[in-house]
This record gives sequence, C-alpha cells and structure tokens, in this order.
Amino acid sequence: MTTQNVRTHAIDMDSILRGSGKSSEPSEVCIKVENLNLFYGDKQALHGINMEMPKKKVTAYIGPSGCGKSTLLRCINRMNDLVDSARIEGKILLDDENIYDKSVNVAALRRRVGMVFQKPNPFPKSIFENVAYGLRIQGINDKRTLEETVENALRGAALWDEMKDRLNDNALGMSGGQQQRLVIARAIAIEPEVLLLDEPASALDPISTLKIEELINELKEKYTIVIVTHNMQQAARVSDYTAFMYMGELIEMGNTSELFTNPRKKQTEDYITGRYG
Amino acid sequence: MIKQWFKSGAPWVWLNAAAVSVCLIFVVGLLGLDLVRGAVHFWPSQVAEFSYQEDNGQIQTLAGEIVDTSVTGAVMAKAAGYKMADDEDSLVQHLIKIGNRDIHGMDFRWIQVRNIKQQRNPKDLMVVERREWGNFYGFLSEVKESGTTIAVGKEAQSVLTEKLAVTLGIYEEIARLEKKEIGAINYGLERLRLKQKSLQLKNRWDDAAEKELAAETADYQAQYQKYQVQLLDLYQQIKRDTAVFKTADGNQKEIPLAKVVRVYQPNAMNLFEKIGHYVSKVVEFLTDEPREANTEGGIFPAIFGTVMMVIIMSIIVTPFGVIAAVYMREYAKQGFVTQLIRIAVNNLAGVPSVVYGVFGLGFFVYILGGNIDRLFYPEAAPAPVFGTPGILWASITLALLTLPVVIVSTEEGLARIPKSIREGSLALGATKLETLWRTVLPMASPAMMTGLILAVARAAGEVAPLMLVGVVKLAPSLPLDGNFPFLHLDRKFMHLGFHIYDVGFQSPNVEAARPLVYATSLLLVLVIVALNISAIAIRNHLREKYRALEG
Repeated sequence: MTTQNVRTHAIDMDSILRGSGKSSEPSEVCIKVENLNLFYGDKQALHGINMEMPKKKVTAYIGPSGCGKSTLLRCINRMNDLVDSARIEGKILLDDENIYDKSVNVAALRRRVGMVFQKPNPFPKSIFENVAYGLRIQGINDKRTLEETVENALRGAALWDEMKDRLNDNALGMSGGQQQRLVIARAIAIEPEVLLLDEPASALDPISTLKIEELINELKEKYTIVIVTHNMQQAARVSDYTAFMYMGELIEMGNTSELFTNPRKKQTEDYITGRYG
Repeated sequence: MIKQWFKSGAPWVWLNAAAVSVCLIFVVGLLGLDLVRGAVHFWPSQVAEFSYQEDNGQIQTLAGEIVDTSVTGAVMAKAAGYKMADDEDSLVQHLIKIGNRDIHGMDFRWIQVRNIKQQRNPKDLMVVERREWGNFYGFLSEVKESGTTIAVGKEAQSVLTEKLAVTLGIYEEIARLEKKEIGAINYGLERLRLKQKSLQLKNRWDDAAEKELAAETADYQAQYQKYQVQLLDLYQQIKRDTAVFKTADGNQKEIPLAKVVRVYQPNAMNLFEKIGHYVSKVVEFLTDEPREANTEGGIFPAIFGTVMMVIIMSIIVTPFGVIAAVYMREYAKQGFVTQLIRIAVNNLAGVPSVVYGVFGLGFFVYILGGNIDRLFYPEAAPAPVFGTPGILWASITLALLTLPVVIVSTEEGLARIPKSIREGSLALGATKLETLWRTVLPMASPAMMTGLILAVARAAGEVAPLMLVGVVKLAPSLPLDGNFPFLHLDRKFMHLGFHIYDVGFQSPNVEAARPLVYATSLLLVLVIVALNISAIAIRNHLREKYRALEG
C-alpha cells in the first residue's frame, strides 16, 4: 500500500471546536497531527491521520483492539522510536513545532509530554525516589526542592494523604491502583504540558478506576490530556473530545457528547452501539 | 499395573530424586572424607611403646603413633615374601609414625602385629614437635641451661614447660624483628638502590642527590645496627636452654629448645587438654606459616593468597564483563555479527584452563609485563618487576577465564528487565544511558552477582593456569604488607589448590603430608563456600531491593 492511495478523513476541526460542546469558548490547539503514516516494516499501522487536540482538554481515543490508537498515542512522545522496525511519515506539531524534526531532543520532548502506561510500572525504588526520578534525571538534587515537588505531585495525584508516612517504602508494595496513581504523580512531577494515558485503568478494579477518572478531571485544569481507552463509558465520562479509530484510520472525531449521541459515520455508530469491537 | 505406574509419571519423579540423591551422596561423601581424614589429623592420638621382634629375631623397643592398619591375605603376603605359618590366614600390619628422623632416617615404618611382643601407653612418653626433622618421641630426662643441668626427673617437666614458653616468646620476637623491622629496612634500602639507578639512568645523579641518598642509607644502616645488636642478644638467649631426652630404644638426645615448637604427653592428657591441644593445632594450621617443605605448620599464606587473588580477579572481571554484556545487549545491533560474538564468548568458557595459563604467560607476563618493565622500571633491570609471574597476572588470567560466565549471566539479567520499566524511565525524559545507569543496571545487579558467584567458584578452584602465571611453592612475603605501597601486585603468591598438589604429590615425606592434603582440601572447599556465601548474601539483598514487577 502506498501513501497515495491512503484514504484520509478530513475533519472539520473548527466546527468541532466552535460547535455546541461543553465549553463555549474556542480552545487553543496544543497538538496537531498532520498526515501521519506509520509503518512497522512493510505493514502500515497508521493511515494518514489528521487531527488537532486542544489545550487543557481531555481527548479520548476509542476503537477496537489493534486499531492503532495506542500506536498513535505513542507517536506523540516518540515512544515508537524504540521500535526498530517503525518508520514514520508526516508531522506532529506540538505548539507549532514539529516533534519529528531532526533538531528535536527526544529526551527534552518527553519531558514536555509525559506518559502513563497500561500496566503500572513503578521503579523498584522508594515512593519518594519514584516521584523524584524525573527531577534527578534533570540534575535536581536539592533536598528541599525535591521534597516540595514530590509532595505537590503526590497531592496532584491524590496520593499524599495515603502515602505521606510511607514515602520511604518500596513502591512495589503498593496496590495496583495506588501504583498507577504513583506513576501519574511521577509523570506530573516534572510538569509536562501534555499527559498521555494509555489505557490507564484497564488493569485496575472499579474503585481504583473511579479514582483515576476523578483524577483526570482534576488534572485537565493544568494539562492537555490524551487518553486511550477501550471502555466507551470511560471515554464518555472523562473526555471533552473523542476520536474513533478503526484499522489504523481516524474515522471520526468530535465533541464527546455529540459523537456518542449523534455520530456522523456509520462505523462509529456501529461501534458505539456495540455491533462490533 | 506397571503400565499405569509409568503413565502416572511417578517413575520420572523417582528418577529425578535418584539423580539428586546421587549428587548429594557424592558431595557429602567428599566433604565427609576430607573432614574425617583432615580434621582428625590435629587430634592428639595415643603414643604407644612396642617391644618388637625384628625379622632377624632381635627384640627392639619402638615408640610411635599408629597411623594406619593393613590386612593382607596369606597368599598375597606369601607372594610378597613374608614367611607365613600354615594356620595364619592373614598378615596384619600397622603403619606407625616413629618420628625421630634424625636418628632413624625415616618417620614411618610398617610393623607386623604378630611380632609385637608387648604394647604399652606410658604416660610420660613425650611428643616433641620440632622446627626441623619432624616429631621426636621420647622420655624427658633433664633440662639444661647453658650446658648445666638445672632439673631432672619429675620436676624437669614443669621446668621444661616454663623454659619453652620463654623460648617461644624470644623466637617470636626474633621473627618479628627479622621479618617486620629488618624486612622494612631491606625494602627501604632496595628502594634507595633503585632510586639511585633510576637517577643515574636519567642523568640526574649529582652531588645533592648523592648526599641525600647517602644520608638516608646511613639512617637505615643505623637502624639496622640497632636491631642487629638486639638480635644478637636474642640469639644468645634462645640458644641457652636445651632438654635431654631418652628415646624408647635407649638413645640420648639433646634438643635445643630453640628448635622446639611444642611438647605434650598425649597419653597423660584428659579430654579437655586434648580439646585445647586440638584447637591450638587448628589455629596454628590456619594462621601460621608452613614449615619443613610445607608438611608441617600452617597454611596462612596460601589462604591469604587464594582469597586475595579471587578478590583482585573479581574487581577486574566484573566491570569488563558487565560493560561487554551491556554493549552486546543494549547497544549492538542484534544481527549475525553479534550472534557470532555471543557464540564465541560462550565457547571461551569451554577452553581448557591451562591454555589460558599459557596465554597469560606469553601475553600478560612476557609481552605486557616486559614492556611495563622496560617503560617504567628500567632501574630494576635485569631483574624483572612485572615481567615475571605474579599475583596481578594470575588475577588477570583468571579474570579472562571467568569473563564468559559474567557476560552470559549479565546478558540474561538485562534481557529479563521488563520493557515497561525502560519505557517508564524514557517517558520521564531520561536518555538511554540514564535509564541504563539509574534503573536497568541496578535491577540487573543480582544477575551480575550470579555471574560473579560462578566466576569466584571457578577461579578459586583453578590450579593449572596459576602454576604458569604466579603461584609458587613458598612465597617469602605476602602480597599485602606494611611496606609502602602496601599492595604488591608484582609478588608471587601461594594458593591452596597448588598447595594441595605440592604437598600431596611433590613432597619428600608422603606419609606426613597426606593428612595435610585432606585438611587443605577441606579448607579450600570452606574458603570457596565462604566466598560464595558472602556473594550470595549480597545477591539476595540486591534481589530483595530490586525485586522486579512480577506477573
């Protein structure tokens, strides 16, 4: 398959952003994906994706397994660079800068675009050191600064009250839900602009899931959030905008309430009404 | 019925259990043999006095310890030339340690039990451990001071104990002065000589330098004179006392106390005295230097050399192995060449160790060491410094030998670190190096320790390559001492494994050496076990600390 015959779905972003969404004011665009193709070896995984994600809003990617939503998410902080066979065409603009430009420092980019993975992956260190990790990488070792930042990050992730007396315990001793919030705290400790959440609640029980969702609602005050989820109710609950992907293509993107109540594409409707996926 | 039993899988369980049992029996048997043969050696055994009829009919009195007993069938005994009566169906012989090598010319002899006319364990029979000629067995008759008798008979014994304690004190003082003080002076003088030669080689030998060196030399000489006077005095003192003994066959023997290590009367000892004697012998074995061509005394230099060599080897092999493994696993492109290198590394582990020894001698000692000498120690020529086998080259050779083990296990450890941990670190803005250094390597450290444990186990037991690159039968000084720069990597050293070979198979006095072979083997096993246990303890600690995400 060549790039020429890739079907692209032009989505009228302006109408979405100005449309009858939850927010009446037009939002600034934070991340803009332009004509993005991704290949794993010979296999094309993403087909000409174009989309815009507004600042300090939650954008959710939904779609059936293997549709490329995680792959697209991992493009935003260039995690796919780690896959040897992956090859990328097109642009992703973060604040109007192409992150795939040769001059971009990947480590610096990842400091601006934090990421939380599907399975909690705390380091085998103390809770404090987990949260302080990103700062120590940046060479910040001042005890006062670290303590302050760790406390703020843990408060931000709604973990402080539970964990303030256990900061020196090994993070691996925490429950799954706590670990996932710790990972979020670790990500926000370095104050990124964007937070990518890759199915953050899929490995958690319902109560922990609820806590994570509440947390996402609070975090969008400060961060642009992109979340991948296979759970449509979750997308409906937490996101402002939703993108539906299918077979490596962006089928439809729009205001969450609109997309769920009044999908424009047949495929979207089939998916959200549970006919496949 | 049988078919069903096979189907149930039980035979496999039995087979596995049997294999494990066989291994266990081997290990326990080996340790047990070492323990029984080696550890018993230090126990004070009874000394008997025999009235023995020699083949020519003469009756003779012998004294000694029964070491071994052999039973030979009548036919075999006849074939070997023994006269056997018709009603005798076997020939029983004792191997006895008769000591007194200076009188008999041998320590051990076989006697036929049927020719023993009488056997007693006289309480006053005394064993004298000497610094030369081996043990002496006899009865104390008198103690002399400067040639005049000061005690005879019963009271001689307590006087002897007293005098011996004093003499041993003097002996230790002499040893300390000679080894430590005068040793340091000699070391200093040698350094001055080398300094002078080095200055001459560099054409910087002028009056000022000469004066300075002359002053230092004079200083050393003055110190030496001082010690020399002390030593002369001590030598006079130590020669003063002697003890006269009567052997079982009636010979008189005067032994200077300076030549005596310890005296005891095993037949008169109670259990506690025996335990005390045993402990002191074991301590001597562990902490003293060898005597009499390594067949007596202790093996401390060998223990020290073994442990030190293993430590130096670990210090060298760990960074090299880890760096190589990190490169191959994390940075090198996984392809044909990397795979080829990996196979080559694995095969290195199968190369016979003596080949490494030859390589170490040819490359490290002669080429590397020779060039180091030429560049940095021209003043020592023609005597080599590093251009001769020594502990550094032995350690490096063994490091090379054990490198594959460390590489392989580190690589496996790196491969086991979950991808999610690396991604978590990278997603926080860490570079690959930072991720490796802060997260991956600490988490892989238990695997590195596993590699090191295997390396230590292999290195500590290796003998063949060491014989080529630095181990000697008797090293005059330890590779670590009080003379600057304290650590002397160019020195030759002693090693337990080689010591076993040397004592067991190169010794002129095989019978005397045999128990020491077992004792030394046991000790070598214990040293390796100790090294391993400490490494395992570190690894378990690390494992607990960096417990990876399970499941």
